[in-house]
Amino acid sequence: MRVALFATCFNDTMWPETPKATVRLLRRLGVDVEFPSKQTCCGQMFTNTGYADEAIPLARKFVDVFEGYDAVVSVSGSCTGSVREQYADLAARSGDAALADGVAKVAPKTYELSEFLVDVLGVTDVGAYFPHRVTYHPTCHSLRMLKVGDKPLQLLRQVRGIDLVELPAADECCGFGGTFAMKNADVSVAMGSDKVRRIRDTEAEVVVAGDNSCLAHIGGLLGRLRSGVRTLHLAEILASTDGDVL
Amino acid sequence: MSSAREEILGRIRSTQTGSAATVSVAPAPVTEPMETEAMLDLFVENMRDYRAIVREVSVDDIAAAVDAVLAEHGCHTVVVPPDLPPEVAPTSIETTVDDDLSATALDDIAAVVTTSSVGIAVTGTIVLDHCAGQARRALSLVPDVHICVVHADQVVTSVPEAITRLRASVEAGRPLTWISGPSATSDIELNRVEGVHGPRNLEVILVR
Amino acid sequence: MSAPLAKTTPTFVGMPKFPAMAKDALANTQQRRNLLHATHTIRAKRASVVEEVPQWEALRLNGADVKDEVLANLDSYLLQFEEKLTERGATVHWARDAEEANRIVLDLVRAEGVDEVVKVKSMATQEIELNEALEAAGIHAWETDLAELIIQLGHDRPSHILVPAIHRGRAEIRQIFRQEMGKVGRPAPEDMTDAPRELAEAARLHLREKFLRAKVAISGANFAIADTGTLVVLESEGNGRMCLTLPETLISVVGIEKVLPTWEDLGTFMQLLPRSSTGERMNPYTTMWTGPAEGDGPQNVHVVLIDNGRTRVLADEVGRQTLRCIRCSACLNVCPVYERVGGHAYGSVYPGPIGAVLTPQLRGTSSAIDQSLPYASSLCGACFEVCPVRIDIPRLLVKLRTQVVDEHRGHNSVESRTMQAAAWMFADSRRLAKAQKASTLGGKLLGRRTALGALPWPASSWSSARDVPVPPKETFRQWWDRTGGGQA
Repeated sequence: MRVALFATCFNDTMWPETPKATVRLLRRLGVDVEFPSKQTCCGQMFTNTGYADEAIPLARKFVDVFEGYDAVVSVSGSCTGSVREQYADLAARSGDAALADGVAKVAPKTYELSEFLVDVLGVTDVGAYFPHRVTYHPTCHSLRMLKVGDKPLQLLRQVRGIDLVELPAADECCGFGGTFAMKNADVSVAMGSDKVRRIRDTEAEVVVAGDNSCLAHIGGLLGRLRSGVRTLHLAEILASTDGDVL
Repeated sequence: MSSAREEILGRIRSTQTGSAATVSVAPAPVTEPMETEAMLDLFVENMRDYRAIVREVSVDDIAAAVDAVLAEHGCHTVVVPPDLPPEVAPTSIETTVDDDLSATALDDIAAVVTTSSVGIAVTGTIVLDHCAGQARRALSLVPDVHICVVHADQVVTSVPEAITRLRASVEAGRPLTWISGPSATSDIELNRVEGVHGPRNLEVILVR
Repeated sequence: MSAPLAKTTPTFVGMPKFPAMAKDALANTQQRRNLLHATHTIRAKRASVVEEVPQWEALRLNGADVKDEVLANLDSYLLQFEEKLTERGATVHWARDAEEANRIVLDLVRAEGVDEVVKVKSMATQEIELNEALEAAGIHAWETDLAELIIQLGHDRPSHILVPAIHRGRAEIRQIFRQEMGKVGRPAPEDMTDAPRELAEAARLHLREKFLRAKVAISGANFAIADTGTLVVLESEGNGRMCLTLPETLISVVGIEKVLPTWEDLGTFMQLLPRSSTGERMNPYTTMWTGPAEGDGPQNVHVVLIDNGRTRVLADEVGRQTLRCIRCSACLNVCPVYERVGGHAYGSVYPGPIGAVLTPQLRGTSSAIDQSLPYASSLCGACFEVCPVRIDIPRLLVKLRTQVVDEHRGHNSVESRTMQAAAWMFADSRRLAKAQKASTLGGKLLGRRTALGALPWPASSWSSARDVPVPPKETFRQWWDRTGGGQA
């Protein structure tokens, strides 16, 4: 099985530890993951802000780069969601039948990390060790667009040493929402503040999620409050082992 | 006047494409009818959940139950439709038989007795189709105590079953009133409060 | 032939865009408390009664399909509905827009020689601002739904589809009743407290005299059944039954999308609507009427079918799913944005997620408020999950955002220039790698710092309340190249 990593532009540029952790984790599980270097951005930000014309070439590029692989693993729930759920609309708008064909082939084999681990590899115990108190925030696009369900929790429950605590009203949006965080900054911060209050109430040391974009928002609020709560991507906890604890 | 009609229909037709006209419709799910006793128990439980007072009586005890309800509410006046079955009629106090009473006249009457057409177990609903002892709509609306007699064989399990039974009434042009508990509102802070404009007391006599 | 848009009614003309309205709403702490309590209460109620129905998803699928089928064949269903109603002795009118609908209703009311009407809560009549049109002609329109009464007496605007006074708490309601009831009828009792039961009793007494003397009632309809000519109104308080039963004349204003093909289709919707809307297995009262009934209720029955922008929505193959909406308001109750800002910020009688997609489709996106509505969402998708007719609101929001951007192409805004520059950079991985070099240089210059505080505009919209992450000293791509994918 040829597996490609889609690092996403945001994680590649701002949070490289997440795709690095994903590579370590997948190799540990025997997957020889490749990083096609021509990849850039899925176009989600453009699509969701209304810039469909700008997103279409990026969708075409995504299809070209990843068409030859058996599976594409992404470290972002929302980017995966964009490929799987929004590319068809972009292809329809472009009127390009070849793009529509390509999307129909690539979209179904593009996976968010927890889906790839649980559904494709069939593992929940990835041999991780993480001796910290952790709470999990399911990001909206993982939960409601991709319907990953409790797969991330299945994986976290198997992590040795972890003290996993439930986050109240976990499925409520953190308020990030891409450009929503800027265009409607007041509402976004109001939503995020409630999320952060509930995170702090759990007394967790770490809040984990499958999307660093949501975590940047949550972490930005936590940081401003000097809360001492860390944000970590799911991949980084799953990659962490006895000899290499984050 | 017809020009608005033609124009709207024209606008609609201009949106129609060949493919749109053939929408395949996923079938409505079917609720299996429940076994009778369990269904009647659920009917009672759900009516009570929405604050209806329910009495379960045998066919010989209907009038006595009606009298007991009237006494309990201290009603001195009660209105009935002209075609109320005699075994349902109150005997303890004098009854006013509806003779196209005005709304204002009805407002001075404390209680009303009617029969009903269909009961729905999963929702605790009673449906009146306003013929044969069910009175015209104003009667079961204006007085503050509505005593409603439901027979066990009128109760069905689900909403779609009730809809099926009611088609004939609708085709006959009869209005329907669906009642699930007494008048209520949740308009103040989303807290349910019983009793606004409709009867504040729904007394159901289930004959089983 | 392209159908016209609905006009923005006077109440909402010139309204500022959503973020400005939202900012004010967020500062109203009393309102935020009221909204938080109310939305969470009804959310829990809905969830528990939906849980009771094992075939809920199948019901949603059927509901969505039935509506789609109606929309695909709307002309024939409307004609069938009209024919049945006419056969049953009712009169059917058609109105292209709000103005025409108001004129028809006004003429009908005038013909009865009355100066007042009682009203059942109706979104359609709010949409066309019928009350304002009647008032202008000297006819009082008394709202009889408790929440609508609170709004009307308080000279306020509705902020929720089902519970228009959701933003008001009991103390405020008491105040409004004490101050205003006496001016238009029976005053509130002297000793009335703010207990909901006492407030409801005051409304009962105040409105009863209006019900008993009313000659004309105006309603909307939740459903209109084509094969029987039946109209359906769901309610809770009995004010609907009063209006639909006691007056001599009944005028119902009904959107053309309200039609259902057959009587049997109602079975699905009588399950979907109450559970989604009030979170009850069934609402206390539903009235169904099929023209005038002999010796029972209004003998003079009119139905006004309104377009008012709906055929315009219908013309869009994706957007038309918005017309499936049965106005249950489940999407408002679960929306994290609505929960915090309330309904007034949406600049329309249709607030919340459904309003954010319906209003810009009905009215177009030429005004500031209507352009901002598609962006009034974090796209979290909670609305789609609860929608009983499966309206894909997030997808429609994105589609409308695209429409807004398309309409502004060539305007050369800061945003569009930024987006185009970013798109150019992402078009080629070598350009991205180059840009990343600048980013990692920044990371190196910032040394050991892990976050930045307040930054100047435009970054200030992020940084005023949130730390900004410092870029790493090496991107993933640089690491991969340097280490041969970590194998070196």
